[in-house]
Amino acid sequence: MSAPHIVESAAVPAAAPPATWNSGLWAFLVILVAMAGLPFFASTYTLTLMVPFFGLAIALLGFNLLFGYTGLLSFGHAMFLGIGAYTAAVMTSKLGILSFELILLASIAAATIVAIPVGFLCVRYTRIFFGMLTLAFGMLFHSILYKFYGLTGGDQGMRVLRPLLFGMEGEGGKTAFLTGPFYYYALGLLAVLGLVMWRIVQSPFGLHLQAIRENAQKASYLGVRVTRMRLAAFVISGIYGGIGGAILAITVGLADPEIVYWTQSGNLVFMAVLGGSGAFAGPVVGSLAFVMLQDAVMSQTQYWRFVMGSVLIILVIFFPGGLSGIASTVLSRFKRGS
Amino acid sequence: MMLGGVFHAAVLFLVAAGLQLVFGVQKIVNLACGSFYALGAYFAITSVSIATSLGLPGVAFLPVLLLAGLAIGLVGLPVERLLRTVYRRDESHQLLLTFGLLLVFQDVLRFFWGATPRTLDNAYLAYGTAEVLGVRVPTYNLLVIAASIAIAVTLGLFLQRTRTGRIIRATAENREMSEGLGVNSNRVFAAVFTVGCMLGTVGGALVVPASAASLEMAVELVVEAFAVVVIGGLGSMRGAIAGALIVGLIRAVAIMVLPEAEILSIYLVVILALILRPAGLFGKAVA
Repeated sequence: MSAPHIVESAAVPAAAPPATWNSGLWAFLVILVAMAGLPFFASTYTLTLMVPFFGLAIALLGFNLLFGYTGLLSFGHAMFLGIGAYTAAVMTSKLGILSFELILLASIAAATIVAIPVGFLCVRYTRIFFGMLTLAFGMLFHSILYKFYGLTGGDQGMRVLRPLLFGMEGEGGKTAFLTGPFYYYALGLLAVLGLVMWRIVQSPFGLHLQAIRENAQKASYLGVRVTRMRLAAFVISGIYGGIGGAILAITVGLADPEIVYWTQSGNLVFMAVLGGSGAFAGPVVGSLAFVMLQDAVMSQTQYWRFVMGSVLIILVIFFPGGLSGIASTVLSRFKRGS
Repeated sequence: MMLGGVFHAAVLFLVAAGLQLVFGVQKIVNLACGSFYALGAYFAITSVSIATSLGLPGVAFLPVLLLAGLAIGLVGLPVERLLRTVYRRDESHQLLLTFGLLLVFQDVLRFFWGATPRTLDNAYLAYGTAEVLGVRVPTYNLLVIAASIAIAVTLGLFLQRTRTGRIIRATAENREMSEGLGVNSNRVFAAVFTVGCMLGTVGGALVVPASAASLEMAVELVVEAFAVVVIGGLGSMRGAIAGALIVGLIRAVAIMVLPEAEILSIYLVVILALILRPAGLFGKAVA
């Protein structure tokens, strides 16, 4: 009668078999090693581009726990970037505390304090309602930052001063600091937090989350405490977001409300899907690809949104598995061929 | 002051009604609805300047704006073809696809109309002011409120009383069943999406004389339209009316009482609504 319908396609890629999981860890380690070697031959400009990538990658590792593993699509996750960024701003420029370790601890604390009540209210819902509720909380946070000028500097934002790493002051100018000690510090953080996340998703807790994603009702019959597990995933992803936000703010030297605007949350989802949200290394690959693509397009044309949007549209329609989906298809064809 | 709130509500209702219609039938939450709104606004500016150069009097602006909104709403047809690929997929894909469209449209607008905000004051002034209950108010606002009510009534009657309206409602209830009865659901979807798009573009066209058209208006409106939909209930037309009035009036009150909390108060109500009544005022129960 009517034209044949759209071919059904897997929404979120189904849980990958164990072999692919390990390849996810390998992909992550390869990226780490490549990043560790990068300062020896890459330009300073490339290096300054990589520090925000480390921050975004950390935030996305957390985001993926919620989205890729638990199946909850947050459209307000940039809120946690903002919490980390403003914590760094308040600590350095208001309180005069420059130790980056303390800033990280404070970001973790702040993210936890916000994530517990917000998550408690949000995780009772799933699907589109979860997305809208997180969007509303994100925008609530944005309008607080934006409107309460005296407290947050409004749209001017707050300055973030250069922190001390392990109590030591870096030599030279801002660029030297960002591409030298801070580069390795942030990379180290990414490595540690990545491996921790690997442990988390491999643990029984991680398996519970995936069971919830696949079928929450069945999981709860099997004795999984669905709400509690979802809340735990929400809080962990919030903490990762806070740490990522602190790194981003140090790179920029400023915390401003733009970082929590809902389109920024959309970009995070974009990055996750670009890399492949079901795969462990997907978000890391995705944020790297996003940062490089955005930089390349922005240097070419002022209409970079058009290009990025088109890329997103093509990706969603033709390659819903993202880059890691493409990679695993190519790999499996290659294996079959040989 | 309250009239400003109702005026804002009237425009918000149009966009939110488009969002509701599309969600009700296609089950897609369209983040690009804000783009249609902005597109309507910019296209309306161009149309009015053409009308002025043709020597049309200022009083003819409102029909010109309406027509411009309706005409550019046809852009919904090609967009629907694109969305067709993800109807049966996960919501995250639908949200992302429409988010991509939002980005694309923002630069399309920038390409054609530039980055500086545009205004259309002359149309606003052409209608002068009227006296309602002893208060002088801009006639244009009253006309837009009237137009919005007329559109709401027409849409309601169309969906409830006509054969096409019944087919649309049947498709919304159960797509497979209505296809089994011989409905070409592809055509229904294309028509519904285009009408939904037109509601957005008309909303944008009508608002532009009272405020300015800017590239940011799209992303700003999306969250407000979302707020309306959440408060009123996803997929419900009555919800769109109630939600738009609530959001419009909250804004008007907040501007008077505590200007800093203008936007804040809207999200607070949204969060409150989601927590107390996740289905919204007129929504169906959450699955």
